[in-house]
Amino acid sequence: MSEKNSVGLVKAKLVKITKPLKLTSGKKLPSYELAYETYGKLNAKKNNAVLVCHALSGNHHVAGRYKKDDKYPGWWDNLIGPGRPLDTDRFFVIGVNNLGGCHGTSGSMSINPKTKKLWGSDFPIVTVEDWVNTQAALIDQLGIESLAAVIGGSIGGMQAMQWALSYPKRVRHAIVIAAAPNLTAQNVAFNEVARQAIITDPDFYDGDYYRFKKKPKRGLRVARMLGHITYLSDDAMDLKFGRKLKNKNIEYSFDVNFEMESYLHHQGDKFAEEFDANTYLRMTRALDYFDPAIEYQGNLSKAFKKVEADFLVVSFTSDWRFSPQRSKEIVKALLDNELTVSYAEVTAQHGHDAFLMSDPHYHGILTTYFKKIADQL
Amino acid sequence: MSAQFRQDFAVIANWIPFGAKVLDLGCADGSLLKFLEGSLEVKGYGIEKDDAHWLNTLKYGLNVIQMDLESGLSGFESQSFDVVVLSQTLQAIHNIEKIVYEMLRVGKEVIVTFPNFGYWRHRIQLIQGQMPVSKALPYEWYNTPNIHLCTIKDFDEFCIKNKVGIKERLVLTHGKPVHFMPNLMGELAMYRLVSK
Repeated sequence: MSEKNSVGLVKAKLVKITKPLKLTSGKKLPSYELAYETYGKLNAKKNNAVLVCHALSGNHHVAGRYKKDDKYPGWWDNLIGPGRPLDTDRFFVIGVNNLGGCHGTSGSMSINPKTKKLWGSDFPIVTVEDWVNTQAALIDQLGIESLAAVIGGSIGGMQAMQWALSYPKRVRHAIVIAAAPNLTAQNVAFNEVARQAIITDPDFYDGDYYRFKKKPKRGLRVARMLGHITYLSDDAMDLKFGRKLKNKNIEYSFDVNFEMESYLHHQGDKFAEEFDANTYLRMTRALDYFDPAIEYQGNLSKAFKKVEADFLVVSFTSDWRFSPQRSKEIVKALLDNELTVSYAEVTAQHGHDAFLMSDPHYHGILTTYFKKIADQL
Repeated sequence: MSAQFRQDFAVIANWIPFGAKVLDLGCADGSLLKFLEGSLEVKGYGIEKDDAHWLNTLKYGLNVIQMDLESGLSGFESQSFDVVVLSQTLQAIHNIEKIVYEMLRVGKEVIVTFPNFGYWRHRIQLIQGQMPVSKALPYEWYNTPNIHLCTIKDFDEFCIKNKVGIKERLVLTHGKPVHFMPNLMGELAMYRLVSK
């Protein structure tokens, strides 16, 4: 994709929300800060805003670059820009960092205003509902009454769904990609192994590692390596690495022998440098807890009764973490309520991570859908 | 399939009440659903497996669910649609008994249309020793998606055997109704089916 379709150089912003936030857990935050970015222009009617919700390890830097020589643009840059599927010539796109995050938004790494010390392990457990409430507070600040669309992949898709549930009048389209109405037991199990890797790292200090100027990097690294395996498909791994050896010969050691191992180590190391362990714990917990049907004895159709938004649901054939079957549960709940919904099952090799790729059919779907939204403005 | 051959659209529209909730199975490029939405303001959902057709239906601004009909209609509640339509797709389905049963479960009424293999032009081609190719059957034997071609007589017997009620049957040739020897003279068979 050419650079001329990029949103170009961008800057992160920070907003302080002083309206107290009552969390699902019952705890309260008197105020908090959210890091966010915007691309494109809010129109006069203020009806062209699209909120992009991030996935597990994401942040608000969705598109563009901070500096010309940044190696990588924002995490969903292939989707956002003038002439791209989410066309910034027509939409005002907002990327936001989730509460409990580690990229400027209030979380364990920020100062607790009450104690004037780092929050550390004291930062409360947050849920998808809490995130959506903070995002609603952000759009209040931006003077936006209702969003043209909320879009997200994976846990971002769960946020898009939650938007339609929490604020039925404030979102016109929900685009739910590679998501599920809740986690399977297997998914919860993966999350727990990841958390245990972090919690049992000797440098974790019960979540207050900052005080000791330490970081549970080994735990984070293992957590990410495990996560990464689940985001890829067996076929994608086989295609990319197969059983290729790093140095031609088997070394009969526990050092890195296979290319696959080398890749996982690299991903793990990079992540352990950039990400915060307390954030990872909280994000995975939010995933575990998400279940809009819980209040309705597991009946998702009943939960969706209050929904008014139109939906686009997209899944990927090789995604085994959030399989197409899970997306179809969402579609069924929407159909049961006679809501406006389209569902695409994209044939893709890349597993769960496919939602970040520039597959032409996948992007064609989003281009078509967003064009429809833009034409309604 | 239906893109080139649309003589059944008007009849289908005649059989669907205004504002009905319609499920169009194998909706292809969405043109039937678009037609029904425009003329009858139906609340319609299409089901389509093929990527390009799916996208075209979305371009029309219609609801379209991507799935394979062969896996059944488990995502749909019983009797949740006024009408379920299977327009010129029957002949490409593997398990016909299953799909007819599923349509009758999901829809209060079912519309099925298919090319009549007993049409005289088809018979002549067979007598001449060749698989029929016509406007209704536009494929060669080696590239056809059609695996279960049948005649009107065959389908009538299928309905009796499977206890499917035929509410109405109409046979068309060049878009016009045929009443005389329909299994020989008819190009396209159209049925309104209900549970018995």
